Amino acid sequence: MFLSETYRKIAADGIWNNNIVFGQNLALCPLLAVTGTATNGLGMGLATLVVIIASNGLISVTRHLIPSEIRIPIFVLLIAALVTLVDILMNAWAHELYKVLGLFIALIVTNCALLGRAEAFASKQPVKHALWDGLMMGLGFLLVLVALGAAREISASGTLFANASVLLGESFRFLEVTVIPNYKGFLLMALPPGGFIMLAFLIVGKRLIDQKIAERKVSITVLTPVIAEEES
Amino acid sequence: MKLDPATIERLKQKIAVYREFLRNWLEPSNLAQLRPKLEFQTGVLAGFALIASVLLGVTNCSTEGTIQRRLDEDLKKSLEEVVPPALYDNDMLLDTVSIPSAEYNIGANETTVYIALKSGQVTAVCFKFTAPDGYSGAINMIMGIDRDGNILGVRVLSHKETPGLGDKIEVAKSDWILNFVGRSLDNLAPAKWAVKKDGGEFDQFAGATITPRKSVQAIYRGLQLFKAHQEQLINP
Repeated sequence: MFLSETYRKIAADGIWNNNIVFGQNLALCPLLAVTGTATNGLGMGLATLVVIIASNGLISVTRHLIPSEIRIPIFVLLIAALVTLVDILMNAWAHELYKVLGLFIALIVTNCALLGRAEAFASKQPVKHALWDGLMMGLGFLLVLVALGAAREISASGTLFANASVLLGESFRFLEVTVIPNYKGFLLMALPPGGFIMLAFLIVGKRLIDQKIAERKVSITVLTPVIAEEES
Repeated sequence: MKLDPATIERLKQKIAVYREFLRNWLEPSNLAQLRPKLEFQTGVLAGFALIASVLLGVTNCSTEGTIQRRLDEDLKKSLEEVVPPALYDNDMLLDTVSIPSAEYNIGANETTVYIALKSGQVTAVCFKFTAPDGYSGAINMIMGIDRDGNILGVRVLSHKETPGLGDKIEVAKSDWILNFVGRSLDNLAPAKWAVKKDGGEFDQFAGATITPRKSVQAIYRGLQLFKAHQEQLINP
């Protein structure tokens, strides 16, 4: 394996076991607000990914300087400054992208997962681990955003990744698919309540998979001693 | 000024001393002793706030011009959408007139009107306006009107209407907004400036009546604003 045990655990936690949405139930505000389409989910996910890596790194670098009594105001200050910085710089230098993502950038401040990772991980871990954790948590969040966006988009309008070419450029037009042709549309799924309903389905799905995995583990541990005895 | 080698040597030593001090001070064990102290905490918070505000201030100042240019480009693009290119040969961003618009309820007390000139003649005007009473917030629009008061084009710049229902006012979602082209206060009676449900000329959307109703009303008020200042605008 090219990754050490620690890194593999961080990756598994970030993407599956302790996923920001499924494991920690955090970040529901930006999640439900923007996942009307898979493209929007992708945009929000990318923006969050960049900011969470940067904030984890910054907080880990300065972790010895930060007294625990005033850590929360400092974390909030750092995250808010970072988000504003990204917002201004993108508006100036990546204006086309900003017009699509601009709404999401400001929303990242409302993402308590960033503060959560700062508090629970980055402030106690070396920089390398903190950056890796940021990347994996960000990726986990991105996957949920895209999955929820895709599920809502398909059930609401029958399309997938509509307007992806606006976000990613013309070369990504192949992503835009009409999954169900001549679909009448199911508006509820595009509205906020649809977000809650679909999120519930996704969480149930994740729990079911976890249950299957746990059952298989039990059966393996039950079987192993038998095999061991036969061999002896 | 030229520094002799001795001075440079001394400066180097001094820097080395400071670096050594900083390295020792930044040792986790030293910082662990400092952290419970109130003055250290105050200093750290102040330090972080200072660095953050300086960084943000510098970034803001250095990108202000660029952002303004980008916004101008955006505005220019919207202007081009509602005024056909054959009608002007000037830079509309530079030829502007400001007129009072408080009584028309179109979102601003002062409206900047961009003037389209062809060989020095006013051919059309264009301005941004707002329906402040959309279904879920303001609907920002831009409209081009020729010198006789006929609409050349209307576009929605930004809105917060319900996706899938009210967003048919966007030209990307439906052709509804194109129905306004060629309309004027003269060729359509005031009572007809409404959605069909209210006895007017324009379609409402299935499931969304308020959005188009308020849009039509705002466009009507925008035309009234133009009519009130028509003489002043087309004969500068």
